[in-house]
Amino acid sequence: MIRVVMPAHLRTLASFHGEVQLEVQGTVTVRTVLDALEAQFPMLRGTIREHVTQERRPFLRFFACGEDLSHDSVDAPLPDAVASGAEPLLIIGAIAGG
Amino acid sequence: MSGVRVLVGTRKGAFVLTSDGRRENWDVSGPHFAGWEIYHVKGSPADPNRLYASQCSGWFGQMIQRSNDGGKTWEPVGNKFIYDGVPGTHQWYDGKPHPWEFKRVWHLEPSLTDPDTVHAGIEDAALFRSQDGGQNWEELSGLRKHGSGPRWQPGAGGMCLHSIIQDPKNPDRMFIAISAAGAFRTDDGGETWQPINKGLKSLYIPDPEAEVGHCVHHIAMHQSRPGVLFMQKHWDVMRSDNGGDSWQEVSGNLPTDFGFVIDVHAHDPETIYVVPIKSDSEHYPPDGKLRVYRSKTGGNEWEALTRGLPQSDCYVNVLRDAMAVDSLDSCGVYFGTTGGQVYASADAGDNWKPIVRDLPAVLSVEVQTLA
Repeated sequence: MIRVVMPAHLRTLASFHGEVQLEVQGTVTVRTVLDALEAQFPMLRGTIREHVTQERRPFLRFFACGEDLSHDSVDAPLPDAVASGAEPLLIIGAIAGG
Repeated sequence: MSGVRVLVGTRKGAFVLTSDGRRENWDVSGPHFAGWEIYHVKGSPADPNRLYASQCSGWFGQMIQRSNDGGKTWEPVGNKFIYDGVPGTHQWYDGKPHPWEFKRVWHLEPSLTDPDTVHAGIEDAALFRSQDGGQNWEELSGLRKHGSGPRWQPGAGGMCLHSIIQDPKNPDRMFIAISAAGAFRTDDGGETWQPINKGLKSLYIPDPEAEVGHCVHHIAMHQSRPGVLFMQKHWDVMRSDNGGDSWQEVSGNLPTDFGFVIDVHAHDPETIYVVPIKSDSEHYPPDGKLRVYRSKTGGNEWEALTRGLPQSDCYVNVLRDAMAVDSLDSCGVYFGTTGGQVYASADAGDNWKPIVRDLPAVLSVEVQTLA
């Protein structure tokens, strides 16, 4: 089971409180995790990655196990601790704006 | 008993203000979507409990929210706005070509007859339509492909399609306006469009009488007289008596003819309202006095309405979608400010009171008159 922590605004949008737990088929990557997340919460489509380009929105970052994974390939395998469910994938909103 | 529901979009959420027909005591609900920019909230004329809201954020992009119970509860619907084909380029601030990019939805205009049909005016300027209650959106691309698109350019607020007016007597006719391209009209249900900017003079563009390129801030129409349009342009208040084929200036004795809002009295199609704003760059009321100006002659002759409005040290702005009227017997007029006040007049503008005075900056105000 993959664990995902979302920013508060996205939890509100998805009407979901707490940490999301997802089944991910195949290799656990940012792309496969987001695919599973959007399948469970369709209203999140377009909020984390752009509809057409599937690029990460610029004010969001992906972290896990103390590392910033935002600039890694979205098809790179995530750390074993994320794949095993020991650690969550963190989707973090920039501390910016007014 | 009759009543009104005022739908307020702000920089940090939406608010729903309700009152009975006397419009003296108000219930304030919100913030809905706290922390998100709400550019516009509007109800369906065919089903007043059906509302649509444009919700956006710099972090998470665009959402569209729908309510089926008058704003008590909401559900996110479709947020996929994909231009038809390769969108090409428009002019950037420096005059260079710039690719068309979706940024946000400025204005939602529900159909006059079908609660599930709604139009969206977006930035970068284009018109979209949903026929399934906001789940799926398709571009009415005849507008953007009119041919003048490469000459459209953004105003300071972005290249937004901000005004959408449906002709109640002719479902094939619609008017839209874009900053800074101008006004356009379709007579075939949105398939093809023509610019309707003859008579506009914009001294700040290379050809002041160009076919497109005018910074139109807002347009308004009375439902009983769809051939008559009123326009607040960047500078100049304008009027057309032939569905936009030509325009004449009706700024008359206004203290400044710059402004954003313009609206028409619910029962008298010759009575119109504007809020003059000092410009360029200041964008607050002249002399620190917040005054609505009313013309009972369809323009040219204007009177200042000041009772209940601050007449000193007031430096707020009133943005283009932030004025609306109700259709109760004594027409109510409402507007919101960037200082967070929403003012209401239950007597067509003679007297004003704030409904609320400390909201986030107000982006839009719409009113529903409830049976």
